[in-house]
Amino acid sequence: MKKMRKNVYLCCGYNTVSLGTGRPEFHPKKPRPGIEHYVQEAGRKVLAQIPSADLVDECVIGNFMAARFCRQGHLAGLMASIDPALLYKPSTRTEGACCSGGLALYTAIKSILAETADVVLTLGVEVQNSMKAIYGADVLAGAGWYAGDRKKGHAYFFPNQFSIRSGVCYEKYGYDKVRRGMAHWFANAITNARRCPTAQEHHNKVEDLVELGMTPPNPKVFCEHISVFDCSKVSDAGSGLITCSEEGLKKLGIPKEQAVLVEGVGQTEADLCAPPPDQTALTNMAKSVAAAYEMAGVGPQDLAFGEVHDCFSINGLLACEAMQLVKQGEAADFVAEGNVRHDGTIPLNTSGGLIGWGHPTGGTGVRQAVDMVLQLTGKAGTFQVEVKPERPHGLLINMGGNDITVTTLIARRAE
Amino acid sequence: MDLATSLENVTVLGAGGKMGSGIALLLAVEMAKRRLDPANRGRGYRLHLVDTSAEALDGIPGYLRAQARKIGEKTTVALRELYAEREDLVENGEIIQAFVDEVLDGVRLATDAAAAKDSKLVFEAIIENPEIKVKVYRDLKKICGEEAFFLTNTSSVPIRLIDEEAGLDGRIIGYHFYNPPPVQKLVELITTPATKPGLVALSEELGKVLRKKLIPANDIAGFIGNGHFMRDGLHAIAEVEKLAKDRPFTEAVYMMDKVSRDFLVRPMGIFQLIDYVGLDVFKAILSVMKPNVPDPSLHSELVDKLVAAGVKGGQYPSGAQKDGFLKYGKKGPEGVYDPEKGDYLAYDPAWCARLDETLGAPPASWQPWKKLARNKQAGELLATYFADLHALVTPGAKLAAAYLKRSKEIGEKLVADGVANTTEDVNGVLQNGFYHIYGPINDYVQA
Repeated sequence: MKKMRKNVYLCCGYNTVSLGTGRPEFHPKKPRPGIEHYVQEAGRKVLAQIPSADLVDECVIGNFMAARFCRQGHLAGLMASIDPALLYKPSTRTEGACCSGGLALYTAIKSILAETADVVLTLGVEVQNSMKAIYGADVLAGAGWYAGDRKKGHAYFFPNQFSIRSGVCYEKYGYDKVRRGMAHWFANAITNARRCPTAQEHHNKVEDLVELGMTPPNPKVFCEHISVFDCSKVSDAGSGLITCSEEGLKKLGIPKEQAVLVEGVGQTEADLCAPPPDQTALTNMAKSVAAAYEMAGVGPQDLAFGEVHDCFSINGLLACEAMQLVKQGEAADFVAEGNVRHDGTIPLNTSGGLIGWGHPTGGTGVRQAVDMVLQLTGKAGTFQVEVKPERPHGLLINMGGNDITVTTLIARRAE
Repeated sequence: MDLATSLENVTVLGAGGKMGSGIALLLAVEMAKRRLDPANRGRGYRLHLVDTSAEALDGIPGYLRAQARKIGEKTTVALRELYAEREDLVENGEIIQAFVDEVLDGVRLATDAAAAKDSKLVFEAIIENPEIKVKVYRDLKKICGEEAFFLTNTSSVPIRLIDEEAGLDGRIIGYHFYNPPPVQKLVELITTPATKPGLVALSEELGKVLRKKLIPANDIAGFIGNGHFMRDGLHAIAEVEKLAKDRPFTEAVYMMDKVSRDFLVRPMGIFQLIDYVGLDVFKAILSVMKPNVPDPSLHSELVDKLVAAGVKGGQYPSGAQKDGFLKYGKKGPEGVYDPEKGDYLAYDPAWCARLDETLGAPPASWQPWKKLARNKQAGELLATYFADLHALVTPGAKLAAAYLKRSKEIGEKLVADGVANTTEDVNGVLQNGFYHIYGPINDYVQA
């Protein structure tokens, strides 16, 4: 598909709070809401923005590992618990590790394009705080190749995949330069999260964030080349929005200026059983972004902001290169110079991203889409950035595993 | 016998108690790691845990299992290396569970010391009573082989007394862990002229294996830790008795606890610490020290009275603090014992504020222990703080200055009396065993 065959819109977004360490209401030993709560809260808050739940034709829910985190499979069946009007309607669950949300968006868009639906309730959800991090690491390792790589892998399997990438980058570009870029990425994530009330790090009060980001790695308890501050959060959260056609938008009575038009989508898949072709590049992400740029007919110079998948700070840097903001090897300086800050040349992750807002793995893609809709429609409030007429496009990149499943989506405010 | 062989069969007596179970955990984990090391193939490891209380023994497997799991969860990075050859163990959860099983595997429970028959090392952490200890060691001498070494966790009983009365011929050493043993880094190592050199060498090697900081103390009842702590506590009690002439006892206790915690920048107030140790234990240690140390001040009628009234402190099996001088809630002390009423007076904010005002505020350079403990410049900051403190004339500052001075005198006396070999050893015990940021023998004291 080179071009979108009909208009597809996103609107009526909602993010729950990202619950986990950092939130004052979070206590690891006290009972917390289950996964159905997040499905229902996100779903109901979306439905509250449309005239009637009867207008929903289909449901899609993105989730990675509820079967292990919450011992709950069969998530498509949770959608009808949001509202009785959803009973007996088509419902699909998507899974692509941390890109499960991105796949939910892609699936919803395809339903619109296939004309099987005009209005799709699109959700992403994950509840991860049901176990300690060391066991959660086992669950998340499911995004890698279990039979081939898990046994020889690290206790913190996924952090270590990106620790390896970081180490190779240190060697290639210099430790101080890359580490400084990563620390500035962390600082920007927390600074932006402080602007967003639902962010997990919203209440973070650390004064010198760059210094904290420079915390040296301790391989005895964690990974060789990264510290915990280079990592995204362990989060419980749900996000939802409406994906709809032109007809759907009319049925819902949503003014176009409150919706965004999807201009380009890139969904690409790499080989789960093969190692990354280049540890210093997100090869598959670059393909996904290129496909989305081509479909949308835009380039990095046309973007007002971006929502990128910074599961680890090094991934934030490499994403800057994959989305062609800078050439390979230049991202660390680009970030350290402040280019991705709210007042920078291209604000990235304006509500904190995965490190600041939180990373409810299978829900992240939809969370990114919700924030993109808020930014493009001018409703981001305390974390709003300026969307100039000459650069009206927003971009989101959602990644699963170690650059295995990637969804890129480009949109602008509908007219 | 070398340590590697000695660790193949070990017994812990008094394993149901807090110190004994902690020592048991340290040993069980060490044995599990040795069992996993391919270099030790062919060796077997047994840890006999003995306690006369069957009820206390019942709790040991659960305790070891829970603690081994926590250790496994914290050291999974290293455990994955240890289990690298086990193809069937892939996930962290599987490896941690295997480690927990490994820790429990070599443990055998018994209510009879006869279980120590084949042990090469016997740790003893039974009640702090010289007569009972001597009796137990007499039995052990008959039960164990002649090559067995004994490590007593006593914090006060002279080693020579046990050695001579039980006829152990120098096969016993003082190996005083601090509470809780798995966490606290300090072990006081108490030798006598008769202690077998092989036992000293083995004890030092074991200290390194268990990653403990060994500080030598000489064989004078109470050693360094309790030699300081008892007198430190008695100073506070004497100050309370003085203050209580002009104000209620409850107010005096509150004030001295605050002075010793906040003004002296310690992790807890002295009465909270006595409660943590237990008033009954405090009393027992004093009664062990008194006949063995030429210091008539080693006694407290107040503590005797409180213990007789059932005010004992100590901890519940869960680790929660029992009420003693102070009453405890989830967030720490929230009341103080009133001996006249036989009940606790709950802290009232206005009551506390009035007493805080009476003491006066510490100088502006004051920082809480928690903050200073993490500060690399703590030494310089404390020098400024104590200089500022000495410039104040408030009751709180005066009590603190007198306390600081007394603490230094106690420390210096421990060196002068030959309990400690050096000033550094005294300071080392207080800093490592009591989490003080500074040692009692310091330059902060002013004349």
